[in-house]
Amino acid sequence: MPDPLIIAGKSYDSRLIVGTGKYANYQQNADAARAAGAEIVTVALRRVNLSDPSQEILTDFVKPDEFTYLPNTAGCYTADEAVRTLRLAREAGGWNLVKLEVLADQKTLYPNMPETLTAAKALIADGFEVMVYCSDDPVYAKMLEDAGCCAIMPLGSLIGSGLGIMNPVNIRLIVEQTRVPVIVDAGVGTASDAAIAMELGCDGVLMNTAIAAARDPVLMASAMKHAVIAGREAYLAGRMPKKLYADPSSPLAGLI
Amino acid sequence: MKITLNGEVRDVEPGTTLAMLVADLAAHTGRDPRGVAVERNLEIVPKSEHASTVLEDGDRLEFVQFVGGG
Repeated sequence: MPDPLIIAGKSYDSRLIVGTGKYANYQQNADAARAAGAEIVTVALRRVNLSDPSQEILTDFVKPDEFTYLPNTAGCYTADEAVRTLRLAREAGGWNLVKLEVLADQKTLYPNMPETLTAAKALIADGFEVMVYCSDDPVYAKMLEDAGCCAIMPLGSLIGSGLGIMNPVNIRLIVEQTRVPVIVDAGVGTASDAAIAMELGCDGVLMNTAIAAARDPVLMASAMKHAVIAGREAYLAGRMPKKLYADPSSPLAGLI
Repeated sequence: MKITLNGEVRDVEPGTTLAMLVADLAAHTGRDPRGVAVERNLEIVPKSEHASTVLEDGDRLEFVQFVGGG
């Protein structure tokens, strides 16, 4: 049964978006992205390395004709920096679909929501399709949706922490109120975390470190692919109600 | 005259265009420069304007491209 994820009018078969940071090398990165079945990969924008032209470059391995590049604003701490970065990304790649994140401090990498909202409005006015990393505050999530963001991407826990989905109630509240895709971005540590996010009704999961920092990143990428599919199917299937006491699976009638 | 490219001060001949500088980069790295975006004094210069953009003393240029990131 086809069950596409639709972001900004474009349809994707995979509900798992993966990052391209922290891998041992770009070849491993490409292998992991394929094992994850990912169609979208996040990428960063940085200065061209003028001193070492022999250094390998992302586009030779994780190719933009194989994956949809989602330029991010990682490392930006103000709305102005984020807008500047994404305008350059559009010039470099020609894509309007972007991931906005405006960070508050280096210790938590928590999103600065007032700056995020300011940047989102400026980018949308400039023609961008904005997928936005945000806190798990349903009020701010609604403001970002009302501003025209094409995906709401709350954290499950801090970026790179691997703590899992620490805020299921808030994620669920955001899922229930949001009409554009909700994608958990940050916090997933292992496959069950991704499944939990999907069972809560999220439309997708975005992760980087959980795959890149696994002992075997390519195998973990495959695990994440299955976890996202399993979680999605469990959500669609509708879980049984939880009960306090036992309920036998075998019929009581005909007992000898 | 002096310009700053990705934070490094460089000497360039007066009359150098942005297109010439980009071509120099491509020759230096041996790579297709199409994935490189250019910012001059905080303004993006579209690829279509590289040839007509003559550099001036004190210009601050950023050449950026996509790299791995989360």
